[in-house]
Amino acid sequence: MSFYGIVDGTESSLKHFLAQLPGVDQVGADARAAMLATRSIKTTSKRWAIDTAISMVDLTTLEGADTPGKVRALCSKAVRPDPTDSTVPSVGAICVYNDMVAIARTHLDAIGGKHVPVAAVSTAFPSGRASMEVKIQDTQDAIEAGAAEIDMVIDRGAFLSGQFGLVFDEIVKIREVCGDRAHLKVIFETGELVTYDNVRKASYLAMLAGADFIKTSTGKVAPAATPPVVLVMLEAVSDFYQMTQRRIGVKPAGGIRNTKDAIKQLVLVNETAGPEWLTPEYFRIGASALLNDLLMQRMKMDDGYYASPNYVTID
Amino acid sequence: MTFEYAPAPESRAIVDIKAKYGHFIDGKFVPGKKHFATINPATEEVLSQISLGGVSDVDKAVTAAQKAYTKTWSKLSGKERGKYLYRIARILQERAREFAVLETLDNGKPIRETRDIDIPLVAAHFFYHAGWADKLDYAGLGKSPQPHGVAGQIIPWNFPLLMLAWKVAPALATGNTVVLKPAETTSLTALLFAEVCQQAELPDGVVNIVTGDGSTGAAIVNHPGIHKIAFTGSTDVGKKIARAIAGTNKKATLELGGKGANVVFDDAPLDETVEGIVNGIFFNQGHVCCAGSRLILQEGIADELIEKLKIRMAKIRVGDPLDKNTDLGAINSREQLSKIQELASAGDAEGAERWSPACTLSAKGFWFAPTIFTGVTQAHRIAREEIFGPVLSILTFRTPQEAIEKANNTPFGLSAGVWSEKGSRILWATQQLRAGVVWANTFNKFDPASPFGGYKESGWGREGGKHGLAAYLKEGK
Repeated sequence: MSFYGIVDGTESSLKHFLAQLPGVDQVGADARAAMLATRSIKTTSKRWAIDTAISMVDLTTLEGADTPGKVRALCSKAVRPDPTDSTVPSVGAICVYNDMVAIARTHLDAIGGKHVPVAAVSTAFPSGRASMEVKIQDTQDAIEAGAAEIDMVIDRGAFLSGQFGLVFDEIVKIREVCGDRAHLKVIFETGELVTYDNVRKASYLAMLAGADFIKTSTGKVAPAATPPVVLVMLEAVSDFYQMTQRRIGVKPAGGIRNTKDAIKQLVLVNETAGPEWLTPEYFRIGASALLNDLLMQRMKMDDGYYASPNYVTID
Repeated sequence: MTFEYAPAPESRAIVDIKAKYGHFIDGKFVPGKKHFATINPATEEVLSQISLGGVSDVDKAVTAAQKAYTKTWSKLSGKERGKYLYRIARILQERAREFAVLETLDNGKPIRETRDIDIPLVAAHFFYHAGWADKLDYAGLGKSPQPHGVAGQIIPWNFPLLMLAWKVAPALATGNTVVLKPAETTSLTALLFAEVCQQAELPDGVVNIVTGDGSTGAAIVNHPGIHKIAFTGSTDVGKKIARAIAGTNKKATLELGGKGANVVFDDAPLDETVEGIVNGIFFNQGHVCCAGSRLILQEGIADELIEKLKIRMAKIRVGDPLDKNTDLGAINSREQLSKIQELASAGDAEGAERWSPACTLSAKGFWFAPTIFTGVTQAHRIAREEIFGPVLSILTFRTPQEAIEKANNTPFGLSAGVWSEKGSRILWATQQLRAGVVWANTFNKFDPASPFGGYKESGWGREGGKHGLAAYLKEGK
């Protein structure tokens, strides 16, 4: 087997490839992310950024307490985030657990939301601690129920103990299950990988194994999508594009709660990977609370004052 | 999709620029006789008229400084001097935005830098030295160290207020009084600092500011009432000062030019290295004496790194210095722009390959696109002379030894950088590099606790830290 003509999938070829990647200097990466956070995005560019961010939100509910009712409500919100303003775009996707996929798909189709895909978290999300058979079954179930996007988690234990082949094989297998039917997002749980060097290595493992997207976190572990982590991942997709001409998407998830945070993420994309990534096809933001803040800021730009939170819907 | 950043200009309403300024002598502004214009280099708009100080103005200032030294400042305890410095530091912080906007208007550097780097560092220098004022007797600076008396200080235009802070804070902390001359093109923040001295109720005559040109500076250097010279500027002027004070009792620290080597080994963290290279040469339009203006790359990674550097340079935002998103502002003066243009043309003529990203430069004001030259060798003028602009010369090496030889093969020795993920290599290289400051995996980082100064033609003495204090003290009895 050959993956992009870069590795053959064996443990030794992966180790060799990952070892020759340049390191990430933590101080430098933090400084660059902090500098980009000072960009001042105002007026017309802020308006553009808010709408773009809305269209990139993977509107998420991943609770043990999720019910069909809760998921349907979220679907309505995903299609028309602001029921009083039809110019607000739909979000990028709905992100749910696998047993909620069919409910979400059916409801979205029923309310004119055929264009909103359903993403399912998979492979024993969030811990990833299950047998490969279970992970494959988990993924198959979700796709058959109508998931167009699979958000899988990597085996962090295997990664941290240096078993890169194991991590790689799992991604390859899930990639096969997804086939042409579903986009594959690979979640690293960067808060558990800890170092930026690990984030870079995980990014390449996932990209080489066939990921369509690389994603920071499950949302269950902090820290999650910090700007420097996203910076390192954006550098990786940019370099990978130079190597292979294949554009991989990036999805920060967890900890992006307000418009300011979201705009900082867009600035990171713009000045690291480049404007080609500034579309929901290549950049998503996994979030739940963020959408309402984006809507509030949008109203504020139109009306000139902050509306009461009663004017945005709670689900 | 394109993400255009709408203009985000910082308001200039916060600054109040007078039509005309005098000198600040003995705690008061006194009108000058002759004046010259100071302009905004980004627009060529005349901002104000600055007094051209002559021998008599300098004499009045030195007399005021001598009187303040003997009557008040030398009689105060270190603790009391420290209080004034803390007060100045706090006022500078309170008025930070005003200083940042004024500095950007007068100098042309981006507001992001004045706001996030220059002015915070200015306050940090005063805070740091305020803490030293009452500890001088116990810090290993000799037995009962004493001030020299009156310090004559001549500062450059690249970091106008920061260089003032580097000079004034240690002088006052150690009990000296000051006659300072700001650079001809950038006097405004020094004159606003004079207001801060009044606001802080600093005793009259402790800080005196005489504006003017090179002749004014010469009058300070040659005045017999000056006990110590502190100069930051070109090596040529530094040499003139050294000649002028030869045979006198005047002490001097000279912080002069540089041609900093930024050495990148093949195991460097590439993305952060690219950031460091950009910061090393394009920070403050390259108007930095310690700029990393010679990039010395290991051959195996040269092509990849230059490619990355070009991609990154295409993202540098050149334009209105007051716009909060601007990365590269205006060149400080027409004269400096000509110098940069002349040296860049010499690079072309000597066969180096020039590259700049596409960027539109304003027709008004003084601008130079961020530029790199590849194929540069040690024999090129652009590898040897200080350009003092946003122009990077790129050389390559094969072995670590060759890198060090090339890095040290310069009459200068102010700064250097080493990029490698290998700790032992960093330690080895930093020991070999003949430069006053060597950064590892970073560049252009400043801290008041860290001494700064040069080897060879980059200067005499150190500023900052305990070493910098020592230059303002002599052994007491």
